[in-house]
Amino acid sequence: MTAVSGFHNAKVLGRDVPRVEDPALIRGQGRFADDIMLPGMLHAAFLRSPNAHARILSIDATAARALPGVHAVLTMADLAPHLADTRLRVAMPSPSYRLDLHRPVLADEEVVHVGEPIAVILADSRYIAEDAMAMIEVDYDPLPVANDCVAALEPGAPTAHDGAPSNLVAEMVMGYGDVDAAFEAAPHRFHERLTVHRGGSHSMECRGVVAVHDAVDDRLTVWCSTQMPHAAQRLLCDIMGLAEQQLRVATPDVGGGFGPKLVFYPEEVVVAAAARLLGRPVKWIEDRREHFVATTQERDQIWDVELATDDEGRILGVRGQLIHDHGAWTARGVNVPQGAMSAMPLPYLVPAYRIDLKVAATNKVPVTPVRGAGQPQGVFAMERLLDAAASGLGIDRAEIRRRNQVPPERMPYETPMVTRGGIAITLDSGDYPKCMAMALDAAGWEGFAARQMEARASGRHIGIGLANYVEGTGRGPYEHVSIRLEPSGRIFVRTGAAAMGQGTRTMLSQIVAEQLGGDMSNIEVIAGDTHAAPLGIGGSNSRQTVMAGNSAHAAALKIRERVLEVAAQIMQTAPADLEIEGRMVRAQTPRNVQMSNVQMSNVQMSLGEIARVAYGQAGFKLPGKGGPGIAASEEVVIDAMTYSNGTAVAEVEVDVETGEVAIRNLVFAHDCGHVLHPRIVEGQLMGGIAHGIGNALYEFMGFDENAQPLTTNLAEYLLVTATEMPPVTLLHMESPTPLNRLGIKGVGESGVIPIGGAIASAIDHALEPFGVRVAKLPLSPVDVLALINEGRARSEGKR
Amino acid sequence: MGVSDLPEGSTTRRIEVTVNGEVRSAEVPVRLMVGDFLRQNLKLTGTHFGCEHGVCGACTILFDGRAVRSCLMLAVQADGHEITTIEGLALSTDTLHPLQEAFCRTHGLQCGFCTPGMLTTLIEFLEDCPDPTPEEIRVAISGNICRCTGYEGIVAAALEAAEVLRARRAGAA
Amino acid sequence: MKPPDFLYYDPQSVAEAVGLLASLENARLLAGGQSLMALLNMRYAFPDHLIDLNRIDALAGITREGDEIRIGAMTRQRDIEDSALVRDGLPLLIEALSHVGHRQTRNRGTIGGSLCHLDPAAEQVAVANNLDAVVEIAGIRGERRMPVAEFTVGFMTTALEPDEMVTAVRFPILPKGHGFSFMELARRHGDFAIVSVAATLVYDGAGKVERAAVTLSGVDAVPLRMVEAEAMLAGRVPDEALVHQAARTAAGIEALEDAMVPSWYRRQVAETMMRRALVAADARANKGH
Repeated sequence: MTAVSGFHNAKVLGRDVPRVEDPALIRGQGRFADDIMLPGMLHAAFLRSPNAHARILSIDATAARALPGVHAVLTMADLAPHLADTRLRVAMPSPSYRLDLHRPVLADEEVVHVGEPIAVILADSRYIAEDAMAMIEVDYDPLPVANDCVAALEPGAPTAHDGAPSNLVAEMVMGYGDVDAAFEAAPHRFHERLTVHRGGSHSMECRGVVAVHDAVDDRLTVWCSTQMPHAAQRLLCDIMGLAEQQLRVATPDVGGGFGPKLVFYPEEVVVAAAARLLGRPVKWIEDRREHFVATTQERDQIWDVELATDDEGRILGVRGQLIHDHGAWTARGVNVPQGAMSAMPLPYLVPAYRIDLKVAATNKVPVTPVRGAGQPQGVFAMERLLDAAASGLGIDRAEIRRRNQVPPERMPYETPMVTRGGIAITLDSGDYPKCMAMALDAAGWEGFAARQMEARASGRHIGIGLANYVEGTGRGPYEHVSIRLEPSGRIFVRTGAAAMGQGTRTMLSQIVAEQLGGDMSNIEVIAGDTHAAPLGIGGSNSRQTVMAGNSAHAAALKIRERVLEVAAQIMQTAPADLEIEGRMVRAQTPRNVQMSNVQMSNVQMSLGEIARVAYGQAGFKLPGKGGPGIAASEEVVIDAMTYSNGTAVAEVEVDVETGEVAIRNLVFAHDCGHVLHPRIVEGQLMGGIAHGIGNALYEFMGFDENAQPLTTNLAEYLLVTATEMPPVTLLHMESPTPLNRLGIKGVGESGVIPIGGAIASAIDHALEPFGVRVAKLPLSPVDVLALINEGRARSEGKR
Repeated sequence: MGVSDLPEGSTTRRIEVTVNGEVRSAEVPVRLMVGDFLRQNLKLTGTHFGCEHGVCGACTILFDGRAVRSCLMLAVQADGHEITTIEGLALSTDTLHPLQEAFCRTHGLQCGFCTPGMLTTLIEFLEDCPDPTPEEIRVAISGNICRCTGYEGIVAAALEAAEVLRARRAGAA
Repeated sequence: MKPPDFLYYDPQSVAEAVGLLASLENARLLAGGQSLMALLNMRYAFPDHLIDLNRIDALAGITREGDEIRIGAMTRQRDIEDSALVRDGLPLLIEALSHVGHRQTRNRGTIGGSLCHLDPAAEQVAVANNLDAVVEIAGIRGERRMPVAEFTVGFMTTALEPDEMVTAVRFPILPKGHGFSFMELARRHGDFAIVSVAATLVYDGAGKVERAAVTLSGVDAVPLRMVEAEAMLAGRVPDEALVHQAARTAAGIEALEDAMVPSWYRRQVAETMMRRALVAADARANKGH
């Protein structure tokens, strides 16, 4: 599993250098939100709605407030006078909205999903806070429930919000070309109705917020387990009516994000406001049960889609409808279905395309991106259609894809689509057919028919399947990075990027060290702190290595130039004759020349000495032309996204008597441009693949007809463990992008995207004798056995 | 036995526990989870709670040498016993346990949140099973959930560490 | 997720424990804690008094007594797995334990705790049922013994009186060379069973089945002995047709239904699992003995 890297003569880039995060984490000396303990700190617990939809008639916290150890119970009525706004206005811009669903800081009149926060208890310990929670009396008047996104859009359906005109949150059309004419003229059409469910993120660390107020300066510090500290700062400022300098948001170590931690949550406002109100530090740590009902998730999408082809299986058009479960509030936007629709056709030449999207409000947890952000669903829909066409036309499933893939000679390939920001979607580089061929070869695609025959003869049902994806990565417009060489000789890197376990600090250290001596131990990265970086966007869209990485690269080049300029002036030589090696700048001297110590001091200087000189002294001229100090700040602006691609091939065995699916082998070939750190790239892929296997076969966030959650613990909601992972072969291609100087693309979500499609394809193939066609994810053994039973009944009916 | 002879119930207890080789004592509420005792009373925050209902394995500690979930035990139950946490695994301030070293080499951790439970579980396992197959390792950590790594690096780390530990034992013998 | 308040007791003897049980209202016994502690953390259980059995050394231990193996209620699953006595005498229990939770939970979890919690899918209960084990019970009025089949009354309900506790389980040792199989269908390794089957076959010298025991678990509130199938097998030399016929009796069960698994699935899979377990048990038997 060793990647080949594009950085051939590099010092640290492209190498498996030790991660800078590991020494603390491996000793248990990380500092996560829950590890922050301050004198006088109060512990928060949230009273949450047990109803999916109800009117709140009254809240009585008298008994809870009287419990010893309880310092306060706060409801919206208590907080509102201290807030500039009582709603979280977080919806990203889109002309598609039909309803404004900005969620309240705390629910006070109506609750619209199980788990919605109503009150906060602040106590000496979480134990006591939970005792008090049971003593708060809330009188509810239950209201009708919208529990299913399809039914919610039917005329006369109960509305998720009392008094709303309907449940239609947003509608839009994505597409291009005259798709109906294409279908009219097409000799073949294939139709699928697909149900795709994703589930929760389930970072092993749930969310957490710690806030401390400095009454002297009226300043708040909020440590938050978030992917986007700068967005949290902005929203907290808006809602609390504070200036940016009064509010610092910093991320401690973050125990995984996977999407939902990019969202801004009510609890963040409540904890910050409570700390300011009570004059005591406040900590809230989300427990796992809360994570199921209060942290955003991705759930149902229903795709009713058609593919038109010619006789050779060439795509003439794709069209259909998509219904998307939005949940009860707009906690981010319509970006998940938008991402799904734009991901669908990307690997292929699709002349005409149109999806009509309807976004439905339901009385469930709000939906926002989970690793993949809609792309797995779009890919699943496309790949299911291609499998249907292959089967209908009698063409090999790989061959039909080969005939339609965007060929390398058309790169860069400008699609007629645009991103949510109106930026053209242009596939920037890659050789998709070659990448697919690599995966097929390694998986033994050609010889599989013989193996399958042999297995069937002994009563075993094995199958192989594939799926292609193209992932939009590196979403712009920028990420801030500043670098400062301190007089101590240490190099400090500050960034708006936020680390959540992916090795962001290692990545930035590598890029900076590459230009500044190659010694990563001399570099300190401060990520995810609004007081360290004036601007920042944060972690999402597999963007940070592309955006922050390139800003770091540009800033490091400036620092390098300045260091060499100053050193050259002092050492009376030309910058071109100098090189930074470790923490020293040295003149390049012929190797065979022996020098005295005095001579040595003329030809080498430490970075610290150079920084001290550049810092300047009162009354003396500064060296060089670069101004005082050695610092550089960059926000490299890249609007266009860069597109990674890949192919997954899965081999499965289905137990046709129990419906159990075992993945026997998985091959994943991919291309994310130049690889900065092979092991980290592979780690990202493997984590994504595990998540994809979960989405395909295990993870299901169930709700009953009253929108009561059915899975609220990790025994009921099944995350993949080590025993469910198949043998995985990772194969790498490196097609550098022309869009950035490092030639890199994102990879954080790639692993998850094609897995469901590949597994569904393999299950179909294994169960060909039963005529099974998979049309939903996830698939439990119950679902698979039901499909087999139906297949058996069909063939008995035929007899 | 008369009712008057029966032990009294209590809401707090003084306990004495040997943690990472040091005797620690404290007055604790009887309902305090042993994981909270380690984290809050002793400030040993390396042990993490990922679910608090005994499924995720992040809070695993060594209790009298055995891997147990610290969310499913009370601090009072540890009175008179020995506990080792992730903070107590390194052989010295400079020298990590071979398993810790292997985790760093094989990228067995990303966010590091599940790592304390993985390490403690595997340390006990490798003592019982010094020459495991990858499948045996997978079963051993099937009660520990990791959302980041896909487990590949963790299994590789356990295999590497097993080899190092075997060589050390052979050298010592 | 933190446990509610309670008063805590850690008696040193069974006499103290049952004395406390008899004198306290709304008391719960704490064994290995692998179920109860989670219920407390989630605040699904609210005992006023928690009686911790972990300091009663006399409750743990494995001994052979005649044709039986006696396992103390507080014996950890891990110690049962490691016991040479059990490996030798109760191979079915060893096989079943590999499906029980995970290393960390077996290090704490106890056989008595599992019997008394009585989850419908509990493997140790299924084995006790299959082997016709007997439960030893203590209370302030004295001790008594009860076959497991009588002990398992209903959904998470035992035949214990409120002031009684289980002190041990006695498993009869089947003759050497008997066939056994424990099979389980669960979503992931260590998860609760959707369906599990315990099968033991004892043969006479001529290869005929002398005693057949087949237990389905996870399908009903308590383990289900498939007496009809057992009767079909008794006195016969099992062949494919007979095994299929015996397994088909599962088609008649009324299986549990929950939010994720419908009744028809458990029933259909129970038949498959029964067939496979009987085939495995028959294949494993050493009929020469």
